[in-house]
Amino acid sequence: MLAYTIYLSFAGALVLALWPRGRMRAARVFALAVALGGLAVGLAGFVAAGSQGAVAIADLAWVPAMGIHYTLAADGISRVLVLLTGLAAVAGILFSWNIGDKEGDRANEFFAFFLALIGGVYGVFLSVDLFLLFVFYEIAIVPKYFLIAIWGSTRREYGAMKLALYSFAGSAMVLIGLLAAYATAGSHTMNLHELAQYPFPVSFQMWAFPLVFTGFAILAGMWPFHTWAPTGHVAAPTAASMLLAGVVMKLGAYGCLRVAMTLFPHGLDPWGFSFLGIGSWRTVFALLAVIGIVYGAAVALVQNDFKFVIGYSSVSHMGLVLLGLLTLSQIGIDGAVLQMFSHGVLAGLLFATVGRIVYERTHTRDLGLLSKLQLGKAMPFAAWLFVIAGMASMGLPGFSGFVAEVQVLIGAWHAFPWFAVVAGVGIVVGVAYTWRAMQRAFFSDTPAVDSNGAAIAVPEYEPVTWAEKAGVILLAGTSLLIGLYPRLLLDAIEPAVRALPHALLMGGR
Amino acid sequence: MNSMNYGNLFAITLPETILEIVSLLVLIVDLGWLRKSAQAARMAVACWLGVLGCGGAIAWLMLHPEPVGIAGGALAASSLVAAAQIGILVLSALVLLLSVRVEFSRNPGEFVAIVLLATTGMLLVTAARDLLVIFVALELLSLSLYVLTAFAKSSAQSSEAALKYYLFGGMSAALMLFGFSYLYGLTGTTSLTGIAAALASQSVSPLLVVALVMVAAGLGFKVAAVPFHLWAPDTYQGAPAPVTALIASGSKVASFAVLIAVTGAFLPAAYAGQGASWIVVLVWMAAGSIVLGNLAALAQTSVRRLLAYSAIAHAGYMLLGIAAHTAQSGAAVLYYALTYALTTVGAFGVIALVERETGSDRFDAFAGLSRRNPLLAATMLLYLLSLAGIPPLVGFWAKFNLFASVLRSPSAGVWGLGLVALALGASAVSLYYYLQVLKRIYVAKPAQVEPIAVSSLEMATLVLIAAAVVVLGLLPSVLSGWIPLG
Amino acid sequence: MTPWLTIVTAVPAGAAVVALLAGNRAVAARSVAIVAAFGSLVLAFWIWLGVGPVGSGGQMKFVERAEWVPGLGIEYHLGVDGLGALMVLLAAIVSLMAIAASRKVASQPGLYFALILLLESGLFGTFTALNFFHWFLFWELSLIPAFFLIKLWGGEGRGPAATQFFVYTMVGSVALLLAFLALFVATGSMDFERLAQMAATGELAAAIQLHLGPIALWLALAVLLGFAVKVPLMPFHTWLPATYSKAPTPVTMLLTGAMSKMGVYGLLRLALPIFGAQLAQVRTPLLVLAVLTVVAGAWAAAVQKDLKRVFAYSSVNHLGYCLLAIFAVALPSSNAAVQLSQTAALDGVVLQMFNHGLTAAAIFWFLSMLEERSGGPLGVHDFGGLRKPAPVFCGLMGIALFSSLGLPGLNGFVSEFLIFRGVFPLTWLSATVSVLGLLITAAVILTVIQRVFSGPLPERWKAFPDLTVGERVAVAPALLLMGVLGLAPQLVLGTVNATVMHLLAGWRF
Repeated sequence: MLAYTIYLSFAGALVLALWPRGRMRAARVFALAVALGGLAVGLAGFVAAGSQGAVAIADLAWVPAMGIHYTLAADGISRVLVLLTGLAAVAGILFSWNIGDKEGDRANEFFAFFLALIGGVYGVFLSVDLFLLFVFYEIAIVPKYFLIAIWGSTRREYGAMKLALYSFAGSAMVLIGLLAAYATAGSHTMNLHELAQYPFPVSFQMWAFPLVFTGFAILAGMWPFHTWAPTGHVAAPTAASMLLAGVVMKLGAYGCLRVAMTLFPHGLDPWGFSFLGIGSWRTVFALLAVIGIVYGAAVALVQNDFKFVIGYSSVSHMGLVLLGLLTLSQIGIDGAVLQMFSHGVLAGLLFATVGRIVYERTHTRDLGLLSKLQLGKAMPFAAWLFVIAGMASMGLPGFSGFVAEVQVLIGAWHAFPWFAVVAGVGIVVGVAYTWRAMQRAFFSDTPAVDSNGAAIAVPEYEPVTWAEKAGVILLAGTSLLIGLYPRLLLDAIEPAVRALPHALLMGGR
Repeated sequence: MNSMNYGNLFAITLPETILEIVSLLVLIVDLGWLRKSAQAARMAVACWLGVLGCGGAIAWLMLHPEPVGIAGGALAASSLVAAAQIGILVLSALVLLLSVRVEFSRNPGEFVAIVLLATTGMLLVTAARDLLVIFVALELLSLSLYVLTAFAKSSAQSSEAALKYYLFGGMSAALMLFGFSYLYGLTGTTSLTGIAAALASQSVSPLLVVALVMVAAGLGFKVAAVPFHLWAPDTYQGAPAPVTALIASGSKVASFAVLIAVTGAFLPAAYAGQGASWIVVLVWMAAGSIVLGNLAALAQTSVRRLLAYSAIAHAGYMLLGIAAHTAQSGAAVLYYALTYALTTVGAFGVIALVERETGSDRFDAFAGLSRRNPLLAATMLLYLLSLAGIPPLVGFWAKFNLFASVLRSPSAGVWGLGLVALALGASAVSLYYYLQVLKRIYVAKPAQVEPIAVSSLEMATLVLIAAAVVVLGLLPSVLSGWIPLG
Repeated sequence: MTPWLTIVTAVPAGAAVVALLAGNRAVAARSVAIVAAFGSLVLAFWIWLGVGPVGSGGQMKFVERAEWVPGLGIEYHLGVDGLGALMVLLAAIVSLMAIAASRKVASQPGLYFALILLLESGLFGTFTALNFFHWFLFWELSLIPAFFLIKLWGGEGRGPAATQFFVYTMVGSVALLLAFLALFVATGSMDFERLAQMAATGELAAAIQLHLGPIALWLALAVLLGFAVKVPLMPFHTWLPATYSKAPTPVTMLLTGAMSKMGVYGLLRLALPIFGAQLAQVRTPLLVLAVLTVVAGAWAAAVQKDLKRVFAYSSVNHLGYCLLAIFAVALPSSNAAVQLSQTAALDGVVLQMFNHGLTAAAIFWFLSMLEERSGGPLGVHDFGGLRKPAPVFCGLMGIALFSSLGLPGLNGFVSEFLIFRGVFPLTWLSATVSVLGLLITAAVILTVIQRVFSGPLPERWKAFPDLTVGERVAVAPALLLMGVLGLAPQLVLGTVNATVMHLLAGWRF
């Protein structure tokens, strides 16, 4: 049943591509309906499955001569991420509600690309055949390019191209690894579970693992391959940023877990020698993840463009996800998956606030300029929304981020104590940059005077639309709900993590 | 000497014969009855006759797939050969359909006849298994193509391109013939199987190496591989669009088919160890093509030249498959060649239409195409993404199949992996320049906003090709009856 | 069983939402707030009564327990003993006083009262929590409204003051969080009662040593830091004067009346039970700091020029006695006399928390009335001879001031007496030096009385309006309570003593 998320989205995209010109208002309603349908299916599937293990969905022979099948299944992790995708999709469409307002805006194309991207993402999360997973992964690349290049803002063509090329390069790396694995295992299956059981020689895993992991980690925004993320997020229109930071980066992390770590668990083993204290790929990538946490936070601290602050904060949060995955422990991976969900929702909320609610009205993202606008008084809804979203993003207890971060830190402490400490520092810096951005943008003490010293009156802005309110309630409510009752998700995640290959979880406590 | 079973020979070469007869028919009809008619009508009649001829040949091949070597092994007929030939005929038919409304020629009958002659050459090349037959067929093909390249008599570019093509091609043909003569000298036979057997018992001599290099030169020229690629950008740019489509599609398929056969001959099982030098030559050509093709394409501002350099790159990928020299990789190369050719015909069809409207093939001419003719833009989107290797289009599948077969060949090893890595990396680079074109089409604002008019025949042809690109990408098994996968 | 504790925490939170909806209608918002605060007071009193009279044994009452996130040891565990119930009552009283004092809110009254109610909810949550996650959740939850109350409605220079407040408290919070995460890693539990049990039997130290190494003392210090910032303990007090003086006075009432008690409560509920042995190790330096707080706090109060700052430092001094007693109590001994002194000292601490909260809130209330009438400035030398135009005002304020001074017959005396009664035998040197604090405080208070109430009456105050009937009625209950508790402390002391004895019995130093 969950497969209908994929089919609905692609069908919707196709219909929208052929939508008659001049009926743009109807187009966005249609897109919203499709996204809601996807969310409903995802939610129903999630609830119906409860805390079961993997739920098989489809299995058709595709190219039997090569062992490629159209196989879909969803374990707890996939179900959680499908839910996230549904939420992000609905919220994204709500926050793009005004795309069709202007003449010649080609809203139907926007929503068509959007839904195609969503369909691809659903597909990745539900695929069990690696070829199929790769196909969906690649399908997601092209709509991203067009969404940013056509409807984006700052340096959109550059940002779009960079994003597309980085993603494609990452996927090329993954393909090499997949092809090598396929060939080594006898070339008769591409099924994830069957390949996972094949005893690849350790020497093979030692190079295949870092290759495939890096390929996916590029999309997850791992340092130092993260540079596409801030540029891309800033260039993208709000809905695309929400999707990019919220869901697409999770594709990378999901791939790291589902493909790299599951197929080649022995790639994480110690090398037998150590260089400056680094003795395994696991340590290498954990180090890169931790650097990403701190670097992302530190750079976010000095940004003057509001959207860049959020963009770099995404890099920092994804570093935490990757660190959690590499702890190879139940609690660490639980935390990583929960963080994927939490950050997905929160990143969407933050980009929505900055990009849509603030930028649409003030037409600037410069913190210096915003600090003169007394937005705390002029846009109280946006200000308080950012306070809540910022607090959640900081990891305040009561919101979804806290439990996830605690779990990752505990897992990291068992595996890499020093990294856990540094990660903790990064989280604290996270408090600082969120604080700074919030202060400067909304509650600044800068006197509201222009360059001549004359007082600037509190500007009047358009009121918050119902669509924006709905989107906000959806996302903020979800974060609060999960923050107060994380069992809703953990009950599905924990069995799925326990079911990961034994060789993987043996690496940690 | 065996007596020729002429009945058999006739049966085997019936497709070529059909084409020959139809080409003569076209000439007669055009120069005889339609001399006084309007240009457009003459072209239409000639093209449709040509399409019918191709159709007849296809029908014959599909009804009579007989795997039997003939004429002392001069020609082969197997399901793979039949598949390649059917593919070539389909490509030529598509090119003819896209030529119905061309205006560069006042001699439609000749045009179509020479196209059919070229197609005949392609069919023969695909089936040939004897050095002399290969040479004759290649010459038939090449000479026809030289003439076709010059067909736009009012365009200086066309003549210049044809001259370059001819000079380069003539030189390569001469080199190849020279190489063939050395091979004959070394082995005493012109049949590929005979050569294989004779080489098995010889060691590598400098003469053999020279012969191999020269043959490589000749064949490398046909497929536009580095370093024999210099003719490609100018020719692709100067020739009239349908001719470029033909050069880029059918000619490529035929050339790769003969490369597969020749490689098979130079590497009989017992000779495998000493055949390494041929493999090394192929690998260098492949790597060079991949690198140079992609890098040079990055700098282009003319879509035709961009596609020319990308053709060099694609030739590089296919050469990797040939270097792997297994039965599977051969089939994979053929699959790749056919699907690539199909996509290229579509792409040049779109280019032809844009050129007709705007007069140029530079990036700016494509600006805002998505607003001027959304369906046309959509087909170009599909073609270019397929060339880049984006799923779920056929280009991705072809690449996957090809690289999988390369890695599975027993002699792949670390080098094979490295080359596949190079190819995939280059594919990532290629996305950049394909996106550049797509960016113009979808993102940029058009200079003029009038819609681009396209006849329903042309649109139908392009949509058919696009549909095939998508369907074959989603269901690759459709072709597996003819070209085995896996 | 009715979940009274959940209800009392939820009532202000729910009312906060309602107040928010009132928006700019000041009267409606204030009414909602007063009704909610009054309702909470009734509930808090009901809970106090329910904890029981003398002889109930001092165990936890109104216990609520439910599973929350078992994987992280997080439980929904609430309960109150005498200490908790008294604090809940105090929080309710002080909140009501603060709301009553907020008569003229400059802007966005709905938001203002919503934040105060949210703060009250945070206080209730902290005082009733028995699991770290819940406790920390509300600890942080009270921080955010406090920050915004200072930032948006404070006086000149409020921005930096608010930020300083936030940063200091955040640093302390992070230290607390890290310490408790470490405890979780070592013991698998976040439950206060369980951890206290483990500490008493020595299991805790062993577990920490096993899993984390010899860092038990560092953990204790980290926890101490968190509370030291809140109370505050010198030298972590530097945020206080600026914050107290720049905040709107009703908010200062809350800060000094209730929020500072969160720190002392934390020491009693978390630090002493769980880290008693470690605190005993560093007892002497801590005593020095406590004495410093007492004496320096009083001295600093003496030299201030602004009335609010005088009483800010005076608060530091008064809570210094609590700290003195708490650190003095950390003495391993099985001597009956020592235990008696420990009991007396802790009785004094608990009582002092309540008394000082009440008194300080009352004093600042009077200061706010002074502020309203004077139009702003509150310098020590700005007033004089107010006895003539406003005798009732001076009389009533005098009562509060004398209670702060420790006049026998008023509540302040009893608690200070008990503290010294207990501390003297435990550490006579510290106690002796601290007496200086008493003397200096006396001098300060008397000086204030003299400067403000008596002396020459400046022209501008000739028409100083006295307290209106409404104001007298509003203030009277608090003052009455001071008198009642001064004359009949056993009303409260009985329950408190039972609780303290029960607690002490379970602690090991």
